[in-house]
Amino acid sequence: MRKQAKFGVGVFVIVASMGFLAWLGYGESKTYYHTIAELETLKGSAMSQRMRIGGTVAVGSIRHLAGRVDFVLEGEGKTLPISYIGTDPLPDTFIDKSQALVEGHPGPEGRFVAEVVQAKCASKYEAAPGGKGGAAPSPTEPSRM
Amino acid sequence: MDVFGSFALVLAFVCAVYAFGGGIAAIITRHPLLIKSTRQAGITTCCLIFLATFSLEYLFFSDNFSAAYVVSHSNRDLSTFYKIAALWSGQEGSLLFWSFLLSIYVFSVLLTYRNKNGELMPYVGVVMAGVQIFFLTLNNFIENPFKALAVPGADGLMNYVARADGNGLTPLLQYPEMVIHPPNLYSGYTGFTIPFAFALGALLARYPGEKWIHLTRKWTMIAWMFQSMGILLGAHWAYAVLGWGGYWGWDPVENASLLPWLTGTAFLHSVMMQEKRGMMKVWNVWLVFCTFLLCILGTFLTRSGVVSSVHAFANSKIGNWFVGFMAITVLVCLGAYLKNRDYLASENQLDSIVSRESSFLFNNLILLVACVAVLSGTLFPVFSELLTGNRISVGAPFFNKVNIPLGLLLLFLTGVGPLLAWRKTSTESLKRNFGWPLAMGLVAGVIALVFGFRQFYSWICLILCVFVASTVLLEFYRGAKVIRARSGASFVASAVELTMRNTRRYGGYIVHMGMVFVFIGLAGAAFNRDIQKDMRQGDTMQIGPYNLVLQGFDTKPEKNYTAQRLLVEVLQDNKPTMMLYPEKRRFSTTEENGTMVAIRSTLKEDLYVVYAGTSPDSGLPVLHTYLNPLVKWIWFGGVVVVFGTLVALLPNRRTVLVLSGAQQPAAQPFVPGLTPSATMREGHD
Repeated sequence: MRKQAKFGVGVFVIVASMGFLAWLGYGESKTYYHTIAELETLKGSAMSQRMRIGGTVAVGSIRHLAGRVDFVLEGEGKTLPISYIGTDPLPDTFIDKSQALVEGHPGPEGRFVAEVVQAKCASKYEAAPGGKGGAAPSPTEPSRM
Repeated sequence: MDVFGSFALVLAFVCAVYAFGGGIAAIITRHPLLIKSTRQAGITTCCLIFLATFSLEYLFFSDNFSAAYVVSHSNRDLSTFYKIAALWSGQEGSLLFWSFLLSIYVFSVLLTYRNKNGELMPYVGVVMAGVQIFFLTLNNFIENPFKALAVPGADGLMNYVARADGNGLTPLLQYPEMVIHPPNLYSGYTGFTIPFAFALGALLARYPGEKWIHLTRKWTMIAWMFQSMGILLGAHWAYAVLGWGGYWGWDPVENASLLPWLTGTAFLHSVMMQEKRGMMKVWNVWLVFCTFLLCILGTFLTRSGVVSSVHAFANSKIGNWFVGFMAITVLVCLGAYLKNRDYLASENQLDSIVSRESSFLFNNLILLVACVAVLSGTLFPVFSELLTGNRISVGAPFFNKVNIPLGLLLLFLTGVGPLLAWRKTSTESLKRNFGWPLAMGLVAGVIALVFGFRQFYSWICLILCVFVASTVLLEFYRGAKVIRARSGASFVASAVELTMRNTRRYGGYIVHMGMVFVFIGLAGAAFNRDIQKDMRQGDTMQIGPYNLVLQGFDTKPEKNYTAQRLLVEVLQDNKPTMMLYPEKRRFSTTEENGTMVAIRSTLKEDLYVVYAGTSPDSGLPVLHTYLNPLVKWIWFGGVVVVFGTLVALLPNRRTVLVLSGAQQPAAQPFVPGLTPSATMREGHD
């Protein structure tokens, strides 16, 4: 029984210390997901949380300025101006109409200050029929099926 | 060909249903003809899936742009290399590819054991057919890759059409590793179906003893090897293509691939407890069940986009199917366990805290805690939304804080575990086996401190790496010395002979050595540096011992894209060393951009140069350069891990007899073939 107790203590120490570290890591990195529409309804301390917002990059909105990149995200009929202030280069997939996720904090004058921008991986783009690329679909060229 | 492929898939579904239903009937009736016919149905299912997959490839190679999947993922200019890879570049094709790889395993298992293990195989066949039915349901009815391209006509009806050319493969996927990374990872995911089928089959059949473990050992190792390769190739792909200077971002899809690897690794270790001491039977069965479920979960996370990730596909209709399948699997496993749990009673108990058993228990505990941490971090957004209504995600600090110490503990056990004796280890044996390695580790630690090493985790990692490498080398040295004394062969030849006599044990050591190399590479990350600068022609950028001079730019038109390259001369200690060509690619068909990083990789460090675009202020090209120490060790370690696994898969050169746990001396240099055995358990350690 004593051996089992020793083992139990070892297990407890490992699990408890990992739990503690996980809790520290959680506090440091927790990020709230919000939609653009939800952002308008947030008040008080909720506005100071780190958050992640997704949307579609508005056509022609990307402007490279000194030290930052401004663009507009659209979603659910609302728009949100964003300033990206991170140092990492923006991903190649970040273009007009791409789906982007931004992480950061709400800034002054309704502008969202993003430290991280992710644009959805290209493998996700499922081609829409009649979409860009390739010849236009032609109903006069019936397939074999 | 699209009709042919579709038809093959439907037939495969029918055969799989027969293999499943007929298999259950065969188990009940024990009718030999029924058993034979269900086995043949299983084999036919696999052949039909092969045919369907080849016909989809044929559609790609014949530029058949009447098939929607081909239009979405290929075009005429796409090279042969990527036309193969286009198969798994989208949802429908990936799921077919899953079925294809699973079929290779199922086909091999059914053929290998067609005349063996007659009591067990019908159960295994039924479980494998069950998994195949699930994926064939997706292939046939939910995400059919053979769908014809159709557009709504003026009359509101859908008209089948053909395009002159396709949309092309997305740029991020046009990289050599795209061709090898997914097949490896998927071979890992699918491969764990085999140990799962044997474990569940053996439990349902109450198949005696540890035989199912012996039967599945090589299948588990093959799956584990592919999973390891898949993870590392994915990391290398991210490193070489995404241009952010890192290889691991705790992205949900990366995490998803790590989860079954963690439980699979735990299983590979804990089965030894069952083989040697008849312990951990319940644990092992559940480890296999969990590994399989995590493989399905991994595929689900990648395919359904349930957690926002840069990888995941858009929300799709397959999510509920996966959840349903996982729920059924859990229920079946739970039912089988509750019905037959008496069959899994342990034969022995833990004897001492300083023993091989206890090191395996801690090894399993650490891998499981890591798995739970990664799983909960990955699914945090989903569960936090369910419980609190707020969707909250956790980032790299969460994963790193937990997993770095766990990784180091595991590294420590990698050195300690194999040298502890079964049951109980004497103080004398501890001194003999660990004295030198511990001293070497500490000396390395002191030297590092003197040279200004101040990163705590990296410092601990360095000490442990030296310690573990010393224990492994000492084992080879001691064993080879005995053989050399007897045969007079050279030291290297003796070490090879030693390895070949007990491939499992020494192959395992080689894998451990590979993991040491991986950890050396990971420890380097604490010292990464980077610098970014707008560069005029002739400008210089300095990082570490390197000076980078921008010599010019050029434009290179290629078949599928146009590359804009920076011509960067690298001077090391002011001596011209080489030219690097970081480039931006513009893909003509998709109008998308791609980055090609230029890397000068040595064992000491990687000089990683990215053409990060054009500065909006100055209009000049921006050069982003990273100096990442020791990264190459990770890839090298991966190669060693794979080599070690292949060695462990080889049969022993001679029949190996070993002492049972009770009688084996404490971690003596073990020369297989020379030691008599009281209980003829299979040779391994």
